[in-house]
Amino acid sequence: MTPAVSDVKTLQIDGIDVSAQADQTILDAAREKGLSIPTLCHLDGLGDVGACRLCLVEIKGTSKLLPACVTRVEEGMEVTTQSERLLKYRRMTLELLFAERNHVCSVCVANGHCDLQVLGQAHGLTHVQFPYRYPKLPMDASHDRFVVDHNRCVLCTRCVRVCDEVEGAHTWDVMSRGIGSMVITDLHQPWGESDTCTSCGKCVQVCPTGALFEKGKARLVAKSRDFLPYLAMMREGK
Amino acid sequence: MTPEQLEQIASEETAARARNPRRLSVCMAAGCISSNSDAVKKALERAVAGGPLKDACPVTGVGCMGLCSRGPLVSTEPAGVLYQNVTPEDAGEIVGAVSGPAVERLQCSRELPFFKRQVGVVLENSGQINPERIEDYLAAKGYAALVQALTEMRPAEVIEQVSRSGLRGRGGAGYPTGLKWSTVAKARAETRYVICNADEGDPGAFMDRSVLESDPQRVLEGMIIAGYAVGASRGYIYVRAEYPLAIARLNTAIRQAKHLGLLGSQIGNTEFAFDIELRLGAGAFVCGEETALIASIEGGRGTPRPRPPYPAQAGLFGAPTLINNVETFANIPPIIRNGGDWYAAMGTQRSKGTKVFALTGKINCTGLIEVPMGMSLREIIFEVGGGVPEGRKFKAVQTGGPSGGCIPEQFLDMPVDYDSLAQAGSIMGSGGMIVMDDSSCMVDVAKYFMEFCMSESCGKCIPCRAGTAQMYDLLAKICEGRAALDDLAMLEDLCDMVKNTSLCGLGQSAPNPVLSTLRYFRDEYLAHIQEKKCPAGVCACGMKQEAGS
Amino acid sequence: MNRVRLATVWLDGCSGCHMSLLDMDERLLDLADRVELVYSPLVDHKEYPEDVDLVLVEGSVSSEEDLHKIRKIRRQSKILISLGDCAVTGNVPAMRNPFKTAEVLRRVYVENVSVESPTPNQVVPALLARVRPVHEVVPVDVFVPGCPPSADTIFWTLTELLEGRRPDLTGKTRFGA
Repeated sequence: MTPAVSDVKTLQIDGIDVSAQADQTILDAAREKGLSIPTLCHLDGLGDVGACRLCLVEIKGTSKLLPACVTRVEEGMEVTTQSERLLKYRRMTLELLFAERNHVCSVCVANGHCDLQVLGQAHGLTHVQFPYRYPKLPMDASHDRFVVDHNRCVLCTRCVRVCDEVEGAHTWDVMSRGIGSMVITDLHQPWGESDTCTSCGKCVQVCPTGALFEKGKARLVAKSRDFLPYLAMMREGK
Repeated sequence: MTPEQLEQIASEETAARARNPRRLSVCMAAGCISSNSDAVKKALERAVAGGPLKDACPVTGVGCMGLCSRGPLVSTEPAGVLYQNVTPEDAGEIVGAVSGPAVERLQCSRELPFFKRQVGVVLENSGQINPERIEDYLAAKGYAALVQALTEMRPAEVIEQVSRSGLRGRGGAGYPTGLKWSTVAKARAETRYVICNADEGDPGAFMDRSVLESDPQRVLEGMIIAGYAVGASRGYIYVRAEYPLAIARLNTAIRQAKHLGLLGSQIGNTEFAFDIELRLGAGAFVCGEETALIASIEGGRGTPRPRPPYPAQAGLFGAPTLINNVETFANIPPIIRNGGDWYAAMGTQRSKGTKVFALTGKINCTGLIEVPMGMSLREIIFEVGGGVPEGRKFKAVQTGGPSGGCIPEQFLDMPVDYDSLAQAGSIMGSGGMIVMDDSSCMVDVAKYFMEFCMSESCGKCIPCRAGTAQMYDLLAKICEGRAALDDLAMLEDLCDMVKNTSLCGLGQSAPNPVLSTLRYFRDEYLAHIQEKKCPAGVCACGMKQEAGS
Repeated sequence: MNRVRLATVWLDGCSGCHMSLLDMDERLLDLADRVELVYSPLVDHKEYPEDVDLVLVEGSVSSEEDLHKIRKIRRQSKILISLGDCAVTGNVPAMRNPFKTAEVLRRVYVENVSVESPTPNQVVPALLARVRPVHEVVPVDVFVPGCPPSADTIFWTLTELLEGRRPDLTGKTRFGA
């Protein structure tokens, strides 16, 4: 459906007047205006799941915090993206992630190119108040070109979504639940034996941390994600 | 089948009963079966077959009679005697007494407050009818409400009656049922769905299980009426695979209803068509959350998604979907039969009707009860439930399962309704009530529920996945006497954060057991932390020291 | 002028943070005017003194000895700075935490040696079941993450503290920097 002229909404984000199309999210509208809201599971070109909770914002008149990545704009909305409370929650969310698995930045292949590291720094995270959990987690290097290191995984499911939505292979999925959740290839077979993996490497490129990386390029190579919005744009024929 | 034909079956059944009123009913719900009621039933059948009552006194399996702690339960007609703790060896004596004086040794008084104070709406047929015979249900006014709705009422009128009844969702959140129905009915769409949430998973809760095992047709009837009211032609019952008996009885019920043309096309000889399919859950607690449940029915991983859009707008396969829980649907037939006002006359100002509760824990009469909303906790626990055993002191009652809280003694006179329970820091929830006496440690209770939430978290959002794990570790640390006051502060911080940032109800309510025990039993937390002592003597404080700490 | 009594401590770490400290080069001379180095692996004091004003702690708490030391250090110091990722996060030393201590020792002293040598159990301090960042053991006042934190970061942190300000390291360094 092509949005009609009346489908334009005006709202306020952090006190700034913003106009947006009705099908846009608060995140879209804010970023268009150059306002930054932190995200981790969101990636332009992939479907949103609202899982990382970093983009939670306050909306006047609503007691619940809502994820900016999936909440549509509404006429007259008054959105706050930065507040003491939100910053505290975001810091705690990041701390929970750092404490959850074994993110040893100094020896991580993604050191210097890691979304989690950048978010931590941006939120003034100089230490983690929660006890580190140190789970014993495996690595799978059975694929010819790629490696998955579960110690660094934040379960953002970007790999799952890019593989399903863009590549159409649906090699990746999540198994188990809660703190024991893990991304898996096929039905938890070694990646190298996967029948569905096309070795396209998109999962590696969208991974925000050092959980997925390319063999032999393990030294400080930034990931390239430009293909995603491009593919999405071409598909929608916009 | 036409309404007249259905009536015919019902009246034949009633007539047959009148011709031979003698009958032995054995509870064949999960509770009594686990205490061997199927052996009792076989023994009774043998005793009848080998005696003068041969072929003159049917032995029927019926649904839950409520007083699970005294099972196996057997009742006799026409005398209406109830026997408790029956063993197969008692069969001869009981059969011998069908037409004479009761066996006093085994008799359970029907005058107990447990029975006297109850009001049967949802459970009106429970323990009365054979859940595996649709004729029994028809004879008990079954499907009269459906016929009435289909032949005399427009869908909007059905919804109007449900709205007037004041019925609120019995799954826990208490959303007004009529409003939900009209939202789905008004959504613009070709296809709509009805889902019955039978994924009951709270520890200590067995209301829905019992309804499904005791009176499955009632749930089907409620769903078909809902389908008619909201304009859906397909329904799903999402029931956990751990309820094999409920599943078997639902399958039987669906088959029998189809056979009588109560499911399928041209229901009751009208143009309305509706089908019901069972979907079995694999035992994930989170699949009781409606969006996770929908994902699971669709064949995906059972994880919730952010709302809005609510299922009433975009639910199963993207279509407007009505999701109600078992007990909610079970309330529908009597509401339609007797009118919304009849239902609204029971209960309190904002919580109408009756509620089924599962009484467990340190209580004399463990079992299933149905009482009007607004009855006080004291009446429920000390009168209906018979109080705390062994003369111990009541400490708290946990309502609402892992999303609820512990209510201490000072609130015992509070009327039980959605709003009062919320004010006391708990929730109505689906109806589980776990009574605790002074031998329970409240920190240990909080730890138990946190462990439940941690292992049942789906893992999708960070606060619930990692936050519950950290909270569990902190609670374990407190229980083991290794915690400092800073740990308590961190726990409270996490409670606040997980409650406000989690994606779905599971995470948002996971801190509740901690918050409510902190609110009323903070001194117990402090005793563990400052004195390294568990006042109830449950936790082994100071026994487990981590090396180097 | 009374100089500030500075100590530096090396627990379980690679000494990289101390290398970075030395990398301050000629700025060390500026510092020397304002602080007195009362204890450090770089100098020859044997006992951790009383009344230390500032202490930079490198390394995580991994052994009984570390534990004993850090408690004493905390008692005898005014401001304790966790310097570098090992002190702040556990970092590389903590990578043994998913494994049992016995497994680690077997790996090091049995499986991976060509010449058999006994597993040390006397002179060498016993390992803790888990390596822990300093703040999980004693209260920490300032955190300076980094592996190692740059000489600039260390110098800036120290000068801020010497000026009586509480350094805000937001954006200045990060884990793994």
